[in-house]
Amino acid sequence: MEAFLDFFFGEFLVTGQPLIYGAMVSIALGSITVIAVLTYFKAWGWLWREYITSVDHKKIGIMYIIAAIVMFVRGGIDAMMMRIQTSLPGMTFLDSQHYNEIFTTHGTIMIIFMAMPFLIGLMNFAVPLQIGARDVAFPFFNNLSFWSFAFGLALFNISFIIGGSPDAGWTNYAPMAGAELNPGPAINYYLLGLQLSGIGTLGTGINFIVTILKMRAPGITMMRLPIFTWSTLITALIIVFAFPILTVALALMTLDRIFGAKLFTLAGEGMPMMWANLFWLWGHPEVYIVILPAFGIFSEVISTFARKQLFGYKAMVYAMVIIALLSFLVWVHHFFTMGAGGGVNSFFSITTMLIAVPTGVKIFNWLGTMYRGRITFETPMLWALAFIPNFVIGGVTGVMLAMAAADYQYHNTYFLVAHFHYVLIAGTVFGCFSGLIFWYPKMFGHKLNEKLGKIFFWLFMIGFNVCFLPMYFLGFAGMPRRTYTIEPEWMPLSLTATAGAFMMAAGFAVFVYSIYYSFRYAERETQGDSWGVGRTLDWATATPIPFYNFATLPEFDSKDAYVGMKDKGETTYDKSKVEEIHMPSNSGLPFFMMLALFIASFGLVWEWFWMAIPGLIMFFIVMGIRSFDYNEGFHVSTKEIHEIEQAARGEDSK
Amino acid sequence: MSAHTEATTGPMEYRTQEGRMNILGFWIFLGAEIALFATIFATYAVMIGRTADAPPPQELFSLPITLLMTFLLLTSSFTCGIAINEMRRGSKNGLLLWMGMTLVLGLGFLGLEIYEFEHLVHEGASISSAAYWSAFFTLTGTHGLHVTVGLGWGILLLIQLYQRGITPRTASKFFIFGLYWHFLDVVWIFVYTVVYLLGMVG
Repeated sequence: MEAFLDFFFGEFLVTGQPLIYGAMVSIALGSITVIAVLTYFKAWGWLWREYITSVDHKKIGIMYIIAAIVMFVRGGIDAMMMRIQTSLPGMTFLDSQHYNEIFTTHGTIMIIFMAMPFLIGLMNFAVPLQIGARDVAFPFFNNLSFWSFAFGLALFNISFIIGGSPDAGWTNYAPMAGAELNPGPAINYYLLGLQLSGIGTLGTGINFIVTILKMRAPGITMMRLPIFTWSTLITALIIVFAFPILTVALALMTLDRIFGAKLFTLAGEGMPMMWANLFWLWGHPEVYIVILPAFGIFSEVISTFARKQLFGYKAMVYAMVIIALLSFLVWVHHFFTMGAGGGVNSFFSITTMLIAVPTGVKIFNWLGTMYRGRITFETPMLWALAFIPNFVIGGVTGVMLAMAAADYQYHNTYFLVAHFHYVLIAGTVFGCFSGLIFWYPKMFGHKLNEKLGKIFFWLFMIGFNVCFLPMYFLGFAGMPRRTYTIEPEWMPLSLTATAGAFMMAAGFAVFVYSIYYSFRYAERETQGDSWGVGRTLDWATATPIPFYNFATLPEFDSKDAYVGMKDKGETTYDKSKVEEIHMPSNSGLPFFMMLALFIASFGLVWEWFWMAIPGLIMFFIVMGIRSFDYNEGFHVSTKEIHEIEQAARGEDSK
Repeated sequence: MSAHTEATTGPMEYRTQEGRMNILGFWIFLGAEIALFATIFATYAVMIGRTADAPPPQELFSLPITLLMTFLLLTSSFTCGIAINEMRRGSKNGLLLWMGMTLVLGLGFLGLEIYEFEHLVHEGASISSAAYWSAFFTLTGTHGLHVTVGLGWGILLLIQLYQRGITPRTASKFFIFGLYWHFLDVVWIFVYTVVYLLGMVG
C-alpha cells in the first residue's frame, strides 16, 4: 500500500508545481461543472445520440472545431507563460524544466491538436456541401477519425498532470528523446498521443479523396470544383503520403524506448539523425497540410466579398499541386546546420526557394480577384485581407532562411520563431478564424456579432505584429529559441513581444465573448445565403441545413454553382424531383474502438502490458463486431423531406 | 441519389456506389501502406551493416526456410486469385474452399516466420541487439503483423460468407481482402529480395 502511494504521489501525479496544482483544480472544477450541467439538463442521451455517435459530417466538423478552440486556449496559455517568463531577465516564473515542457506542448498542441482539427473541422463542414453531396464517402469512418483524434488529444493532454509532459521540443529529436537521456512516461505520451490521433488524420485523408472524386453532384466537374474543395483534395493527398512516415517514425522510437530497439540510440550503432530525417519528411508536408486549406478558405472569402469569380482559377489549382509535390522535397532545410554538406544543402536550398514561386502566383491571384471587385469589409474578409501582407512578411523571411549559407546565422534564433509564426498565424490561424466566421451562420443559424468581430480582429492582428515583429530583431541580436531566460539587452524587444501577446489574448477573449453574445442576441438566419453574396453550393442549402443537406439538385454547367442557380431561380428543393433519400445510421462503435486504443496506449505509456494487451484485445473485438455489422442505414420518406424543406423555407406545408 | 447508381450487371462488388467507393478507398489506403513500407525499407537500407556486436545477417539467414516461406505466400496469392474468380462465377463453395486454402497457406507462412525469428533470437540477434537487427525485425515484423491481421480478417469474412452467401456487400469485402492479400505478397517479394537475398550475399 505504501509503495502504491509512493508511486501515485511520487511518479504518477505531477507534484510540487503550484501552477500545475492550479491547473488540476481548474480541470476538476471544469469537469464537475460540465458533468453537472449535462446531468441537470438531462443532456447525456442527447449528447450521445446527436453528437458522440453522429456520422453527420456537419456535426463531426463542429466537434472538431470545438476541440480545436479548446486546444487553442490550452496552447495559448502555454504561449502566455513563455512570454511572461522571457519578458524580463532573471524571471523565475517557470524553471528551465517546466519551460521545456511548455514550449514542447505549445508547439505540438498548436500544430497537431489545434491547426489540423480546426481545418479538418471546416473541411468536414463545408466540403460535402460545396460538392452537393449528402455526406462524406465513409461516414462511419469519419466518426472513427474524430474519436481517434479526440482520444489522442486526451492522451497527450493528461501528461501534464499524470506522469509529466514531454520536454524534447515538438520535433522530439533523438537522442535527447531516447530512453537513456529521457526516461519515464513523458516522451511516450508524445509518441502514442500523436500515433493515436494520426490514425484519424489518415482516415480523414482517404475519406476526402474518395468523397471529392466520387460524390460530386452532376455537372460539377473537377475543374468546376470550389477552390476550398480543391485545396482539401490536395491536402488529403499530402496526408495519405506523409502521415505513414510519421506513423513509422513514431513507431520506431516507441520500439526504441519501450522494447529496447537501437534505431536512434548511440549504443548499438543506431542513427539519431535518422529521426530528424523521418520527422521532417513528414513535418514539412505537414506544414502544407495546415496552410493549403487556409489558402482555400481565403480564396473563397476573397472571391465572395469581392463579388467576383476567382481570378486565375486554373493557376491556383496548378500552384497547389506544385506546392504539394515540392513539399516532399525540402525537408533537409530544417537542419541545414546538422552536417549534410554543401551539395545536399544547395539542392534543398533551391527546392525550398522554388516553393516561393507557386505561392507568389497565388498571392497575385488573390490581388487579381480583388481588382475592380465591389469589395465589402465583413469580418471574414478582414482576416483574408490581413493575411496577404502578413503572410508575405513570413514568406519573404522564409526565403531568407532557405539560403543555406545564411541560415547558419539565423538558425535556432528568434528569427526562425518569428518566421514560422508569421506563416502559421497569419496563414493558418487567420484562415481558421476567417473560415469559422464565414461559415458560422450555416453551422449555428446566426452570425457572430460583426462589431465584436472587428474589435477581435484589430486587437489580435495588431497584437500579433507587436508580438512577433520584434522577434525578427531579437533573432538578429542573437537570442536563441527555446531559451528560458533572457539577457538584459534583449529586454526591450522581448517585453514588447509580451505586450503583443497580451493584446492577442485580449482579442481572443473578445471572440469568446462574442460567441456568447451572438448566441443570446444575434438575429436568427432565415435564408440560406447568409452573406447575400454566396457563390458555392454550401450557400444554396436552407438554414438550418437539413441533415440530408440537399433535397434535390439541378444539373450544373459552370463554376460557382450557386451563382448560376441564383441567376436561373433554382433552389435545392424542386418539388417535382423529390425522391426518397438513403442516409447512414449513427454508430457508437467508433467511440469504443478508440476508447480501447486509448486504454492500450495509456498502458504502453507506462509500460504496463497488463493494461496495454487487454486494451488491444478489446480494440480487435470491437473491430470484429463492426465486421459483422450489416446496418444498411435508413430512408427518409418524401413526405418528411417536403415537411422539412417547407418549414426551412418558411412555406406552409399544406 | 442511390437508386440510379446501382447496376444489375458486372462484377457484384462494383454494382453499388458504396461498393465502388469502398474499393477506391482501399486502393488509396494501399497507397498509404506503400508510403509506410517504403519508409521502413528506407530505414532498413540505412541500417545495413550496423550490427555492432551482434552477428551479421549472412551468418544467420537460412535460404531453405525463407524460400519455403516465399513459396507458401506466393502460392497463397495464387489461390486468393482463384477464390475471387470463383466468387465472380457465383460459387460460394469454391470461394470458401480457395479462400480457406489461402488462409492455411498464410498460416504456414506465419508459422515459419515465427520459427525463423525464434532461431535468430536464439543465435543472438534480437530487436535490441543492434540497429541493423532492430530495423530487420521492424520490417519483417510489420509485414508479419499485416499477415496476422489478414488471417483474422479472412476468418471473419469466411464466417460472414457462410452466413450470408455471395451478396454485393460480402463480395465487396472479399474483393478488398484480395487486394490486401496480394499487396502483402508484393511487399514480401521486396522483403525477400532486399533483406534475405541481399543479406545473404552481404
